[in-house]
This record gives sequence, C-alpha cells and structure tokens, in this order.
Amino acid sequence: MATYPSTANSRALPPGGRARSFLRRGQVGEDVAYLVTLVAAATIFLITSLIFYELFVQSAVSRQKFGFHFLFTQTWDPIAGNFGALPFIYGTVVTAALSLLIAIPQGLGSAIFLAELAPRRVSDSLTFLIELLAAVPSVIYGLLGIFILVPFLQARVVPVLKAVFGFLPIFQGVFYGVSYFSAGVVLSVMIMPFIVSVSREVLLAVPKDQREASLALGGSRWQTTWHVVVPYALKGIMGSIFLALARALGETMAVTMVIGNTPQIKASLLAPGYSIAAVIANEFTEAVGSLYISSLIELGLVLFVVTFIINGLARLMIMAASRGGAHS
Amino acid sequence: MTRSGAWKSVMNVLMFSLTGLCTLFTIGTLLFILGYLVSHGASALNWAFFTKLPVPVGEIGGGMANAIVGSAKVLLLATLIGVPIGFLGGVYLNEYAGAAAAFVIRYATDLLNGVPSIVIGIVVYTLVVHPMGHFSTVSGGVALGIMMIPIAVRSTEEFLHAVPNSLREAATALGASKWKTIVTVVVPAAITGIITGTMLDLARVAGETAPLLFTALNNQFWSAGWSHPTATLPVMIFAYAIAPYDDWHRQAWAAGFVLLMFVLAINITARFILSRASYAPRGMV
Amino acid sequence: MDPSSGDLAKAVDARTPLPGNHSPADTPGGIGSDQMKVQTMKLKASNVNFFYGGFHALHEINLQFSANKITALIGPSGCGKSTFLRSLNRLHETIRGARLEGTIVLDNENILAMNASALRRRVGMVFQRPNPFPKSIFDNIAYGPEINGMGNHQHVAELVEQSLIRAALWEEVKDKLHQSAYGLSGGQQQRLCIARALAVNPEVLLLDEPCSALDPIGTAKIEELLFTLKDQCTIVIVTHNMQQAARVADYTGFFLMGKLIEFDDTKKIYTTPGKKETEDYITGRFG
Repeated sequence: MATYPSTANSRALPPGGRARSFLRRGQVGEDVAYLVTLVAAATIFLITSLIFYELFVQSAVSRQKFGFHFLFTQTWDPIAGNFGALPFIYGTVVTAALSLLIAIPQGLGSAIFLAELAPRRVSDSLTFLIELLAAVPSVIYGLLGIFILVPFLQARVVPVLKAVFGFLPIFQGVFYGVSYFSAGVVLSVMIMPFIVSVSREVLLAVPKDQREASLALGGSRWQTTWHVVVPYALKGIMGSIFLALARALGETMAVTMVIGNTPQIKASLLAPGYSIAAVIANEFTEAVGSLYISSLIELGLVLFVVTFIINGLARLMIMAASRGGAHS
Repeated sequence: MTRSGAWKSVMNVLMFSLTGLCTLFTIGTLLFILGYLVSHGASALNWAFFTKLPVPVGEIGGGMANAIVGSAKVLLLATLIGVPIGFLGGVYLNEYAGAAAAFVIRYATDLLNGVPSIVIGIVVYTLVVHPMGHFSTVSGGVALGIMMIPIAVRSTEEFLHAVPNSLREAATALGASKWKTIVTVVVPAAITGIITGTMLDLARVAGETAPLLFTALNNQFWSAGWSHPTATLPVMIFAYAIAPYDDWHRQAWAAGFVLLMFVLAINITARFILSRASYAPRGMV
Repeated sequence: MDPSSGDLAKAVDARTPLPGNHSPADTPGGIGSDQMKVQTMKLKASNVNFFYGGFHALHEINLQFSANKITALIGPSGCGKSTFLRSLNRLHETIRGARLEGTIVLDNENILAMNASALRRRVGMVFQRPNPFPKSIFDNIAYGPEINGMGNHQHVAELVEQSLIRAALWEEVKDKLHQSAYGLSGGQQQRLCIARALAVNPEVLLLDEPCSALDPIGTAKIEELLFTLKDQCTIVIVTHNMQQAARVADYTGFFLMGKLIEFDDTKKIYTTPGKKETEDYITGRFG
C-alpha cells in the first residue's frame, strides 16, 4: 500500500477508528472515497466466491446422484440419464499434456535464444511479436485449426508418423483429421507465448555474476546457459509452464473445433475425442432436464477446481522464484 | 584444441542454433497466421460484410453487420461493468489496503483471472440468463465484464504502484487530503498506463467466444434490444466455421480477419502509447 | 570531506556579500544567544521523542525556531535530523508505526491538535529530490492554491507568477508555463518545487537536503534564493553539507544519534563549538 499521512487530527483518530470517524466534518470525502474503493475490491472477492458457490450449488443434482463415480464413469448418455466425466477428463489431460510436450522444448528454446543470444533490441521486438500470438482470439486458432492444420497433418505429418512410429499404440488407427493430436498441436501454439515471455523474463533476471562465475571456470556459453542459468531460473520457468497448462486445460473454442467431439477413450492420439470445456460449449444450450444440466455444471466445477489448483501452484513457484532472487 | 574442447564448441554452436530454430519457428507461426488471414480474409471481405445481414443458406452474399454491432454493444457493456470495478479495486489495493486485505483481494483477482472462460459463461447463465428467462445482450456484457475485471485491477495497481511516493508526499505537504492526492496527483500520473491497460483488456475479451455461447447466444437478424440475444463476431466465426457451406467458410475468414485486425491494432497502439508515455516513473530528476 | 574549522569560519564571514536583500543587521554577531532571546519564536518543539515501532529515533528534543531566520540542522546520516524536520509538518504520519511524543507549537498553537491539511498549508516542505508533478509548470504551482480553494482563476494565475518570481524562476520559464515540468533541469525543477511550496504562502518553509541532487550551480541558486526568502518566512533546512549550513544559516543545530547535541548561532557552532562531539563532526573526525 502506498502510505499517506493521515489528514485528520492524529490524536483524535485512533488506529482502526475509520468507522467511528465517518461523517466527521471534513472527513466525509475521505470516507466516501475509501468506501467506494473498498466496495469495488469486495465485489471482486464476492464475484470469485459466487462463481464457486454457483457451480457447487447448481451441480447438486448430479453430485447427489453420481457422487465420486461421476469422475470415473465412461458413459455419457443423455437419453438414459447416465453421466460420467471420464472421457472428457481423459481428453482434456491428453491434449494438455501433448501441447506441453511440444510447447516446452520449443518455448524454452526460444526463451533461451531471446534471453542469452539475441541482442536486447532484437529480443524485445521478437518478444513483442510472440506476445501478439497470445492476443490472437482462440476462435481464430480454431478456424486455422479446422481449415489449415487438420488438412496439413492429414497430408504431411500423420503418414510420416505412422510410417516411423506406427508400431506404437498411440499412432495407430484411422486418422480422420479431428483428433486429440490436432487439438494438442493447436493448443501448443496457443500456450507458447506464455512460456516464452515469462521464461525469457526469468532468464534475463539471472544475475550476471552467475554467468561470469561459470565462464571464468572455462565453461562454454551453452554450458553456462544449460548448467547455471537455466537451473537458477528453474522455478520461474516451471511457473510459466504451469500457467500455460492452466490455460490449455480451460481452453474451449479451438479445442472444440478440432478435437472431434466424440465421448470415447482411445489410446491412439489419432482418434477423435472430447474435452471438458468442449462438451460444455456444445451441449449446454441444448441440455434438457436438471440432471443433464447439473452434470454439465459439475464438469465446469471440475474444470474450475483443477485450474484453481494449477494456477495456485504456478503462483507459488513464481513467488518462490522471486523470493530466491531468480525473478525480479 | 583438446577433444573435449572441440566437443564443447560443437555443442555450443549446435544447441544455440537449435534455440534459434525454435525462435524462428515460433515467429514463423505468427507470420503465417497473419499472412494467411490477410490473404484469405481480406479477399473474402467486401463492403456488404459491414452493411448487410447474414443471408440464409444457399444464397450468396450477405454480411455480418448485426454481429459487428452486437460485438460493439457487448463490449461497451463489458467495459462499463469491468473497468470501474477493476479500476476502483486497483486503487483500493495500491492506496488503501493493508497487507491482509491486499493479499485476499489480490488472490481473488488472480483466481478470477484463471477461471476458464467457459465457466464464466455457465455462471452468468445460472445467475442472469436463467432468472431473466432468456438469452440476452446484457448477459453477454456481464460475462465479458467479469472477465475484464482482473486485468483492470492488475494494470491499475501496477501503474499506481509506479507513481513515486515523493509525489504523494509533495501533494500532502501542500495540504492535500488523501483522496484529493489520489484524484489530483496519483491517478493523473498513472492515467496513460491505466488507459492502455484498459485497451489491452478490451482487446483480450473482444475475441472471447466461449462465455457468449450461452449468454448473448447468436442471432441471424438484428438484435431486438439489450434484453434479447445478439450475434457477435466471435460466435459468428465459430458458427460459420463448423457449418458445412463453403460460402459460410469464406464469411468466417472475413470475420476472422476483421476481428484479428481489431485486436492487433489495439495491442500495437497500446504498446506504442506506453513506450512513448510522457510520464515514466524513472524519469524523475 | 576534511574541512578545517578555519575554512568554515571564512565561509561564515563570506556570506555577507551574497546577493539578496538581507541587511548586515540580520547577521548575528558573536553574541547569538543573547540575540535569540529577543527574537520572535515561530516554532517551538518541546520534549519531542520519536519512535519507529520499537526504535527510539529522537530523544527529548527541545528546539526553537526564530521567525524570519534560517536555521540549519546538521549531523551524520541517520542522526534523526530529517525525521525531526518531517515531524514539524507531521509528514512522519506517512510512515506506519511512527509515533511522536512531546509538543510542537506553531504561534502558540499545538500542531498535533491542528487539522493536518491546515498545518501543512502553513508549514511547507521541499524535498531532497525535486518531485514536480507530471503536469505543466503552471499546473504544478497552481496545484496548492487550487486544492486549498485560494480564489478564482485570475487570482491563481497571479499567485503562480508571484511564486515563480519569488523562487527566481520566472524569467527562465515565463514563455513555457504550459510545458511539462519534466523538461526543466534538476536545479530548475527544485526551484519549481520551492515555488510550488511558496504558492500557498507558508509561514514556515522546511527544506530536506534540497541541494543533494543538484550540481554546484543549481546549489548556488537555491542558496541565494533562501536569503531572499527569509524575509517572507521562517526557514528550516536539513543538510549534510556543513559548508552549506555555514553559508546560509543564522542558527545551526547539531544532531547525533537521535539527540540534539548543540544549538547556537551558526558562527559560534563553527568557530567555538561548546561540545566535543560537535567539534569532532565539523572538523571531519566522523560523519
């Protein structure tokens, strides 16, 4: 908080005496300003709490009927009234994991280049461009996914993957285009800017003496980067990865457009699947009956809780990194 | 040079080249996206896109005038809801809150920022759409307004924080009370930053689709009013992209182009203003 | 810094020819303590103790400031001189956990019982680093009169001009009043801050090391300015620069580790200090 001298008589205004001083002459403007900003701040807290409360209350029907089985059941049958979240949880986890698998090496590589090798000016402008990637609306990623990426994967990438890794179960089966694989690739592009820009910042904040110490011992620049700079910044980098993960888990539109929207669990990445956010987006407006709606809301609750935890971890790591001095 | 020395320098060149390739690939993706949207979107764009309503399947032509107006209405409402709450909350955080209150509010803000947008859509549905009995422009504005709050709070707080305490002291030493100091010195000193923060915030929610799916819904015609469903650009892109008609796909590209240009223009303008802001906190003395 | 007390004594003598409208009669003679008795006391601090949380920063300070004189507070950093200065217009309330005990009286009125805004209007302050607002030169000066409701636009414009003239800045800025104050040099910015403080017609002007961020030319201008201002208000200046105190001040107080060691006529402090600590400090043995 920015500090101010109190403008009231210091003797007559004991600590915590704000409420009592309300309507004191000359203090009215002061108190109104305080109250207005306090109410706004409290509203933020209330909205956040209300989101959790609503998800919890509105999912009561489904929670009471299915209990924890909801999370481990494979069936999603609106007609029979049987709802299980497993195919969606599976699809969400698989696509997010795949996106991290692609985005971490590429993102970290870019961050290292931008922080360690590129001159500061070049690095700043390139980073600005990469951050623009984060500004591209997700529905546009979906659009590109459907019309560009999927045909490209089908024509160029998947045949090669099958030829080389076809013995692995994750690359077997027919590829229709829409799939876990496509969704994971689109997500990787979407989360890349988060990893690059946060990691670059953390790397830049590593003190110069750390680098000098390693160079003075005869380390090459790459050895210095890989064995000294990156480990020093690791907590911050992990934080950026968790932020990206939370984003990938909650991403709706792009995934909905390329995942195939089929509630099944398949080992093959080339098979169509479904994600939590996608099923909510597709079925919420059409859902009839309180059990169906309530089940969809419970999926929202699951998503909320998971992203809450992941974001919390990301914050903890970035906080720890800044406390350790690795991140300014 | 010893063998290990040679190995060291080979690795050095190899690994840094790989990081360069990563960067090239990342930048290339952006350039490809821009290039593709410009070539495909701009060619599908015509005057009718901005002036005409969508036409039924099978007819050629038409536009998305209703979606453009709908997006503008929803964004206006979102700004009116999100920015005042976020701004005042940011003022509270930086100028008034004690350590404990600041922690709670900041935590709530971060949490809200992390809530997936589809979840915001659900909650606004249960809180606004369901009680009202129908989908509406207003509920879309509420959903996006909630999404604007966290960024508004954080950018306000950040830019107020950058205002040096010496300015607060100077105003106080001249007899200004606390709120007068905030209104006449602190906020004006930070206002460029706060406004650009708001612009970026607006650009971010302008492309949001998921929270509008079950709030503003969609509409093939002009919206009948604030309490009725409305088309918006992002939802139209979604609806047109997953439909099986080539002409609709072309319209989706055109809409994607318009939306992307809007978002990027705001982003670039905001950064430009910030980099040239006449008042920078470090510029003191 | 290694000044001998002889040089300092010369500096004290040398201040007479400095420009400004102070008459030789203002210069205290060797019998400063006698003269002090006949002076009007503008501001009196009695038994002031100051605490930052559990840290006892000022011990039993008793100090009186003569009207229309310049009083310098000197001492090594951390000695409490700035803390004391800030308590004179209650800016110490900026700091959480800061607590003031004792009484400070401005014209027979206890400042601790006054409305703080009203007090600060009467007791102005200039800070260590120039801190103009990110506004135009005009708006910087007009700020004080406006928030204190001092008259209409016409009157405020007059006040702005007057204050800039009083701060010897008018000639340099009169053609660019509506340009940003940040375009001025550091020295000009500091005189702008003085003008800003003067615009509300303070009775007392507190200066907290006002020249520490300035070059010698800027410093000389501020010092000249102080001489012209002392007819209009009572001036208290904190400085770590003993030469400066010797040049500008009528009276000097020496602080050490939260205590007021010695207070007297400036010439006496610099030539025949009464306390060993004072002598050690001004002859450069520590600090």
